[in-house]
Amino acid sequence: MSQAVSLPRSIQEFPWRVVVPLVALIAFGAAVLHSAAGGSFSPYASSHIIRFGLFLIMALVMSYFPQNWAKFAAFPVYIAVLLLLIAVETIGAMGGGSQRWIEFGPMRLQPSELMKPAIVLVLAAYFASLPIGMIASARAIVIPAILIALPMGLVLMQPDLGTTLAIAFGGAVVLFLAGLSAKWFIGGGIAALIAAPIAFFFGLADYQQRRVTTFLDPESDPLGAGYHITQSKIAIGSGGLTGKGFGEGSQSQLDYLPEPHTDFVFATMAEEWGLLGGLLVLLIFGMILRWGLIVAREAQDRFSRLLAAGMTATIFFYVAVNLMMVMGMAPVVGIPLPFMSHGGSSMLTNMICIGALMMVERWNRQRPSSELS
Amino acid sequence: METPHTASSLKDTFDRRSFVIGAGIGGVGVLLAARMGYIAVAENERYAVEAESNRVNLTLIPPRRGWILDRNGSPLASNRADFRVDIVPERVKDLDGTVTMLADLLSFTEIETQDLRDRLEAAARFQVVPVQSGLDFEKFAAVSVRLPELPGVIPQRAFSRYYPTGPSVGHLIGYVGAPSREEYDEEPKPLLLTPGFKLGKDGLEKQFEQTLRGDPGARRVEVTASGRIVRDLETRDDVQGQPVRLTIDGPLQDYAARRLGHESGSVVVMDCLSGDLLCMASMPSFDPNSFSDGIGRIEYSMLSENERVPLRNKVLQGLYPPGSTVKPTVGMALLGQGIDPDETVFCGGGLRVGNRVFRCWNRRGHGHTDLAKAIYQSCDVYFYAMAQRTGMPPIADACKQYGMQQQFELPVLNQFYGTVPDPEWKQRKYGREWQAFDTVNATIGQGYMLANPLQLAVMAARLATAEMVEPRLILDGSERSFPGMGLSEEYKTYVRQAMSDVVNGPGTAGRARLPVDDVLMAGKTGTAQVVGLNISDGRTGPWEWRDHGLFIFFAPFDEPRYAGAVVIEHGGGSGAAYPVARDVMTFMLNPQKGLEALHRLEEQWGGTAQERLDRQYLQYANAAGVDLPPAPPPITLAREVDAEARSAVAEPDAPSTDAVTPRDQANPRADEINT
Repeated sequence: MSQAVSLPRSIQEFPWRVVVPLVALIAFGAAVLHSAAGGSFSPYASSHIIRFGLFLIMALVMSYFPQNWAKFAAFPVYIAVLLLLIAVETIGAMGGGSQRWIEFGPMRLQPSELMKPAIVLVLAAYFASLPIGMIASARAIVIPAILIALPMGLVLMQPDLGTTLAIAFGGAVVLFLAGLSAKWFIGGGIAALIAAPIAFFFGLADYQQRRVTTFLDPESDPLGAGYHITQSKIAIGSGGLTGKGFGEGSQSQLDYLPEPHTDFVFATMAEEWGLLGGLLVLLIFGMILRWGLIVAREAQDRFSRLLAAGMTATIFFYVAVNLMMVMGMAPVVGIPLPFMSHGGSSMLTNMICIGALMMVERWNRQRPSSELS
Repeated sequence: METPHTASSLKDTFDRRSFVIGAGIGGVGVLLAARMGYIAVAENERYAVEAESNRVNLTLIPPRRGWILDRNGSPLASNRADFRVDIVPERVKDLDGTVTMLADLLSFTEIETQDLRDRLEAAARFQVVPVQSGLDFEKFAAVSVRLPELPGVIPQRAFSRYYPTGPSVGHLIGYVGAPSREEYDEEPKPLLLTPGFKLGKDGLEKQFEQTLRGDPGARRVEVTASGRIVRDLETRDDVQGQPVRLTIDGPLQDYAARRLGHESGSVVVMDCLSGDLLCMASMPSFDPNSFSDGIGRIEYSMLSENERVPLRNKVLQGLYPPGSTVKPTVGMALLGQGIDPDETVFCGGGLRVGNRVFRCWNRRGHGHTDLAKAIYQSCDVYFYAMAQRTGMPPIADACKQYGMQQQFELPVLNQFYGTVPDPEWKQRKYGREWQAFDTVNATIGQGYMLANPLQLAVMAARLATAEMVEPRLILDGSERSFPGMGLSEEYKTYVRQAMSDVVNGPGTAGRARLPVDDVLMAGKTGTAQVVGLNISDGRTGPWEWRDHGLFIFFAPFDEPRYAGAVVIEHGGGSGAAYPVARDVMTFMLNPQKGLEALHRLEEQWGGTAQERLDRQYLQYANAAGVDLPPAPPPITLAREVDAEARSAVAEPDAPSTDAVTPRDQANPRADEINT
């Protein structure tokens, strides 16, 4: 740190590298939501910005948590979210239907969303506490497998295939980075290949099966589930290179595009801003994810490394699955696009991930200096 | 794996593997960018077209139908702007709820609601089903306001067909209606699915469908996914269909239809010189105005249960024994066979042939009778005697030459052409020898002889002019002339005079004399027996046993201009027919005088044809309730009517075994008609 640039320490340490692209993405998202609401700030764009403001403060506060708090909280948080998932299941069963949320006053909490960062946190803490020599032992695979399988089972019962897969993905990435033998992953991959058809025929609800078959052949059901994919591709495809112009997207403005403000917000954007808008969004996501990976690689200890990489992977999973879905490369699974889709739960999850990453970034800065002093 | 793990080896693993993850993320990013580039740039054209076809909806505007005009250029069928409501079942979410709500908004009766349900059931999913037309603005607005709750319901301003003289032109012009499933299958054009579009279902409306239809307009609108119209983009106006101009004289047609009154019958009037059909009235009829939204069950039951078959066009599809109206034609045949018109036959009330006596209608006999007297007094014995001399073939030939058993070149759906029997025909049909009584029957227009009223009118025109007059229905402005029939001027005048004497001399229809100065009408009465003397006297008793009354005529007798025929089904004799002919011709020559006569009559009958039909409908509706079977779709209706008509006039299965014994009064009921 040179003396010539005498910025105050707090400004210097402020995580500009993520907040700037984030704000850009949120602003762009708000513009798209403004258009999706037929040219109005309410109801989507305004609440989108307000939510981001609140969750950004939450994330910044989070970033000041010391590492031992995070480690200490890992298991209690995991168990609490697990209990919430069970509670949701019970309430749902008593109410005679499936339910995914719990009412907390004015807030609607979706525990399955909280489980995404919680699974990363608990696995990072588990592997940090696992003696290094035991990484090749059965304990290194069995206990994490149980930790992942419990919430997966509960969420699958809701049923929410998208979130189940997100939890599995976040967990698998942590396991992979923790140094588990590659044979587990090769074996797991083969097992998944075998299990997938079985799961498809016995594990999925009827509507989920239909979504998969329609994804494989959208024309088979052009007015039902295939309608979503078809209309989304029409929106993106008709946008061309530069788009139809702000507020001029006929697909979204005339209601042909389903969910233009949530799951299909990218299609709404692409119709009006074209390929250039799409590349800009991809670029910003790339910047955020690259920052997350750098934070993970610069981390000083095993816990922070796994935590940061897991959180980055969780955000990535959202982005990748959503974009593949709107472009017709994945079935419609109901995963929103981080920071652009309107919706509180996904914004909360993603901002927790960002907050955790900012927290690790702060630890990275503090550790060397504290070790020196 | 066998190497022991250390903190730094795990850090290495992490670095390696996180690099793999990073590369994976980058790879997915590149894949997504490529995929998007492919969709948005390479396939842009295709998707742009699809987005455009989503956004823009092409709505057809049903073309205004061409008018049907009478010879004076007045409309017999025109279009009236009105408010209407239709349903497209495919777009309806809750059909039952929609029907209930519409019935409430439009204050339908229980029967009307049931009719609507039937129509919806019978229609294909994508078809347009009319709910109601001719709405007042309040009801139209009430439906329009509730539209968000009624998907698939289409209220619109449109044109509906209007027939100013209603029932008078029903059979002639036909009616229009929404295309049926069968009609769409036959002509699968989008226009046929357009709400508010109607096509011709019967009569001239059907015959001239392509001429009258016109070209649809189109409206390009921007619509939302749910079909709400956001704005108009472009509108192309429709092109109205071509008019069709008929030879029919509208007022005369209406007059004749009204003059028929309670009777079941028909009036044909034509111009002898051009062959133009001036009037083709057939009653009782239906009101084509009320048919265009589909026939309701009450209306259908009322019409189909009526023994006077209001759904049949009697001018073309009614076949009747011509009775004595055939006598002038038989007379022509006799003259053609060299029989001297002045030669007399003694009529003593009957003629003995072999060991049989054939009776004349006049039991007291006509005494010495020549051809003229045989025509104006309608003496049967004269014709029996003369026909025995010539035999049947020349008589049959003459009948055919004068128009019987002929189908004319007219733009109509269906003409029944009847029968002129001869020995060969009987052998072929029944395998029996021609008998003396067959000739006797034929000469007085009974037995196997059948003709429709149009043929009788043509017969009158040909008798009047001695030319091969051909009828026409479409006024194309061309001059027409007809070849002569190779008849001497002397004979033509002779028969004309004899027919004039029927009315103006010592004939059978003295009361048919026109109340107009200087114009004398010639004619010939006829009474066609339906059942034998042993069953009914032909005048009283059950309606369907009464005799048909017929009259053929032309005027002025010495320089014929108009000719025609009147047939009254089961009128009880010719006395029911000629007063109608007299009044129709009076109206032709002096409308004021004709109308006065009609108004006096309508006062007795209780209103005009339209008023009486409306009242009859109300009575029937009140008596019946909802328990009636639904009306069949229009196409079946036409078929059914045809079948019924055909069976009603079918030739007997068994050959006749004896002569018809004429009743002893040629013009019964004349005294009962109070004119």
